[in-house]
Amino acid sequence: MSYYNEEDLGRFGEIARYKPELFEKFMAWYQACQEEGALSKREKSLIGLAVAVTVQCPYCIEAFTNSSLENGSNMEQMTEAMHLASAIRGGASLIHGIQSHNAHDKVSM
Amino acid sequence: MQTAVQITRNGKPALPDSPVSFSEKLGGAELYSYAIDTLQVNVGKLCNQACKHCHVDASPRRTEIMTRQTIDECLRVLRDFKIPTLDITGGAPELIPDFRYFVTEARKLNAKIIVRHNLTVMFEPNQTDLPKFFAENECEVVCSLPYFLAQQTDAQRGAGVFDKSIEALKKLNAVGYGIEGSGLILNLVYNPTGAFLPPAQSSIEADFHRELLNRYDLHFNNLFTITNMPVARYLDYLRRSNNEEKYMRKLLGAFNPATIEGLMCRNQISVDWRGRLFDCDFNQMLELNVSANLPQTIFDFDLEKFARRPIITANHCFGCTAGSGSSCGGAVAA
Repeated sequence: MSYYNEEDLGRFGEIARYKPELFEKFMAWYQACQEEGALSKREKSLIGLAVAVTVQCPYCIEAFTNSSLENGSNMEQMTEAMHLASAIRGGASLIHGIQSHNAHDKVSM
Repeated sequence: MQTAVQITRNGKPALPDSPVSFSEKLGGAELYSYAIDTLQVNVGKLCNQACKHCHVDASPRRTEIMTRQTIDECLRVLRDFKIPTLDITGGAPELIPDFRYFVTEARKLNAKIIVRHNLTVMFEPNQTDLPKFFAENECEVVCSLPYFLAQQTDAQRGAGVFDKSIEALKKLNAVGYGIEGSGLILNLVYNPTGAFLPPAQSSIEADFHRELLNRYDLHFNNLFTITNMPVARYLDYLRRSNNEEKYMRKLLGAFNPATIEGLMCRNQISVDWRGRLFDCDFNQMLELNVSANLPQTIFDFDLEKFARRPIITANHCFGCTAGSGSSCGGAVAA
């Protein structure tokens, strides 16, 4: 059995069971963030997809893939967004290589 | 009035399953028409394409087409009842022998003529002059183009359809269609190439204008977004891809009461190739006839009886009420 079940996405509301007021606040915030504002819904969906891939949440990936399609994006655009997020993540790892350089330099002649 | 008719397709229910029925969602209220502004005539199932989402099940192998006698009855109804708009659909309506007769005779009645044109039919034998014919008869041409890229379009409509569609659009532009000031209206239809809902019409219309202009120097007037109805081949696709339940939940979750006022069934009547009457083209394909106490064919049509009639509904109607709504003229609510 997989730890991740597709059906669990539809059960997200059950998180409210033990602390409804916190979940309510979260949902109000989460939904407000996705409304059209200075950024379009499409831009927000692409940001959501890029972040979802980065945090590797299968539920968010499915939700924001659908939301991107329903806001008119195509796979070429979505793939560019995912590459950018992944490249930033890769770069964030790679910049830590400087720490290794520093550590190396400290102990090297 | 929610239908109780049980119809099947490939041994399964022809209507999608839904946790809540359309009638329940309306709170038991009846849906009524308020006028008949449009006579939508489906002249047959013959088509040069066989698209994966087609609710008509149209293909080159279909033989069901409207006869001259039935066309004459449609013309009589247009004339006698002064119905302002004739909307001709199929299949590919241009392929029936009497298509041009139908258009030219309707033109003499000063009816506004809409032709639902699949673009590629223009390259079939004896059809290359269609742009000129449409222009001469001042038809409004509504063309299917599910996306401005080949991959999505061909996935839904068949290999090579996108390239042919672009060529056909260039020919329509060449006679003035979609060109500002020409008076010749060229509208496009977007529909999702999968199990998802269409984007906001204005947003995707702007994309189509930009991309078709930049990539192919093409012009058009408006883009209509149409939601895929969970019937016929599209329902087959949903079932094959294990998406039926999810799609129905999506439609149900997106139910928008503001769409009810503008639903196309409320101001049009649909005629099939045999002359039978339906509340819409989708009901036609499901064989959900107009209410039983009304005349059932165009031969007995009476405007007074039809202008305010109860509409036959079923779970597929959720397709027209999701989000901004859907009709043959695109979104129906903001």
